[in-house]
Amino acid sequence: MTITRRLPLLLAFVASTALADLTLLNASYDVARDVYKDYNPMFQKHWKAKTGESVEIKQSHGGSSKQVRAVADGLEADVVTMNQANDIEFLADKGLVAKDWAKKFPNNASPYTSAMVFIVRKGNPKGIKDWNDLAAPGTQIIIPHPKNTGNGRNTYLSAWAWALKQPGGNDKSAQEFVGKLLKNAPLFAAGGRDATTTFMQRRLGDALITFESEAEMIAKEFGKGEFEVVYPSLTMQTEFPVAIVDKVVDKKNSRKQAQAYLDYLWSAEGQENAAQNYLRPRDADLLKKYSAFFPPVKTFTVDEVFGGANKAFATHFKDGGTFDQIYVAK
Amino acid sequence: MSAPAHRVLPGFGLALGYTLVYLSLLILLPLGGMILKASDLGFAQIIDIALGERSLAAFRVTFVSSLLAACINALFGLIVAWILVRYPFPGKRLVDALVDLPFALPTAVAGITLATLYAGNGWLGSHLEPLGLKVAYTPLGIVVALTFVTLPFVVRTLQPVIEDIETEVEEAAASLGASRWQTFSRIIFPALFPALLTGFALAFARALGEFGSVIFIAGNLPLISEIVPLLIISKLEQYDVLGATALAVVMLAISFLLLLTINALQWWTANRHKNAEPLEAAAAQAKGVQA
Repeated sequence: MTITRRLPLLLAFVASTALADLTLLNASYDVARDVYKDYNPMFQKHWKAKTGESVEIKQSHGGSSKQVRAVADGLEADVVTMNQANDIEFLADKGLVAKDWAKKFPNNASPYTSAMVFIVRKGNPKGIKDWNDLAAPGTQIIIPHPKNTGNGRNTYLSAWAWALKQPGGNDKSAQEFVGKLLKNAPLFAAGGRDATTTFMQRRLGDALITFESEAEMIAKEFGKGEFEVVYPSLTMQTEFPVAIVDKVVDKKNSRKQAQAYLDYLWSAEGQENAAQNYLRPRDADLLKKYSAFFPPVKTFTVDEVFGGANKAFATHFKDGGTFDQIYVAK
Repeated sequence: MSAPAHRVLPGFGLALGYTLVYLSLLILLPLGGMILKASDLGFAQIIDIALGERSLAAFRVTFVSSLLAACINALFGLIVAWILVRYPFPGKRLVDALVDLPFALPTAVAGITLATLYAGNGWLGSHLEPLGLKVAYTPLGIVVALTFVTLPFVVRTLQPVIEDIETEVEEAAASLGASRWQTFSRIIFPALFPALLTGFALAFARALGEFGSVIFIAGNLPLISEIVPLLIISKLEQYDVLGATALAVVMLAISFLLLLTINALQWWTANRHKNAEPLEAAAAQAKGVQA
């Protein structure tokens, strides 16, 4: 009985997929939903006007590294749009993505960026201005697990880079500093959104460290007057790299469309969409136009300070890396 | 296990074949694959991974909190099951249905709800923390989450067994001069014990593997409140599938040994009370249903 009831729906589904000339699958990270929900119809319209071809775009969202593992295990995604370079590096190692994927698109293949910022309570009662304030005794910070989440890793590396840049800073002093900072974390949240809930709703901690883009999400959810955003003196410019999955597009014969889909992220419309989702566009004029959202901040990239995402991961977050050393004496 | 000479229903061969294929596909194949994968690592390497300081701490946290949760449920689950079977009260069906909810609820939802409830500003946490009792983001929070998730196992295992113990048995004991405690400890409890152990074992095994609810309330601090499944995820984050499998295999081996011990204990108690034929049959029957 349920089958017959669902039959029209099923038929409609089959018909709709049959109507599209091609279906692209975009495997993306978790909180990218909003960006691509707006972007996909924009691209469909653009592509239809340009070529007369209708493309259907399906999205698959999940934790960044889970998504990448799924693609490596055979999820037929034409493109991957991630929030960590080392996830795409993994696909490159497996031979699914070109080795020089970062050069296939402008700006290190990252169409937009964000920065790690502090969210503090209204009025900033603890006077938190920079990373050393977070490591001060009696301050509590809320971050996701530094070893298991991209958000947590970015925080860890930002603090490390800041400590390196202090007078007399070196790897040893940086590790000590990060150790002090982590002592101020009463917990490691399961993920980025869990950290936000813990800070905003359960009102735990004095500062939440997260993406600049997340601050606007918090404003939407909890109200603008509830918190303040603090830009530290130096922080990480986080990139959101994209790549074509060669193995899949060659098999599906969809390279042209996949290429256009990613290229369009750098178009005026694509950049504007990123800005409206609180992600810093690469386009300098647009960045100026939205300067109310994006105040100037001094940033570093992982490539500059840590010599690449893979190297940073291996040094700090692999088993036995600096994170483990901070907790385990031997 | 020789086949009885005469059976009411035919088809033993077919059913057995089906059972073997079914169990192989569902259980043996994935587990076998896992063990095969882990065998890429040497035994020494697996042990090395398992004996790392963080792993050891995680094993301790996982097993101790699972054990505590199973014990809590063995005690309170027994009381709940007893009340639900023996006493009529308004809304009984509703309460009975409530028991199954932890099964139906996505465990992540349970974890987030419990964390919100027990956090410093939560309904319960705001009363407990002034007393110096921190639950959310401590190992205690893990026990709370596991107790919630595994509650139905003990209750549902015990209910049919309690139903089969006729109240006449209690009355007979009382009329023969047994005190209430004697009736419970000599008559009721021995009959319930095998089923209680089954429920305990199920709850314990389920708690060992639980991930979704725990990570939201645990706090996940290394050496303090990290559970083994979190370390497995951590290894997968590093694309270290082999390391993750190693932890999983060690976890599986310890769990299997513990469950085997519990089963042996159960078998032993079941046989010890061979004299109590009718009750024993009921208990064994209930056990058969659960197994």
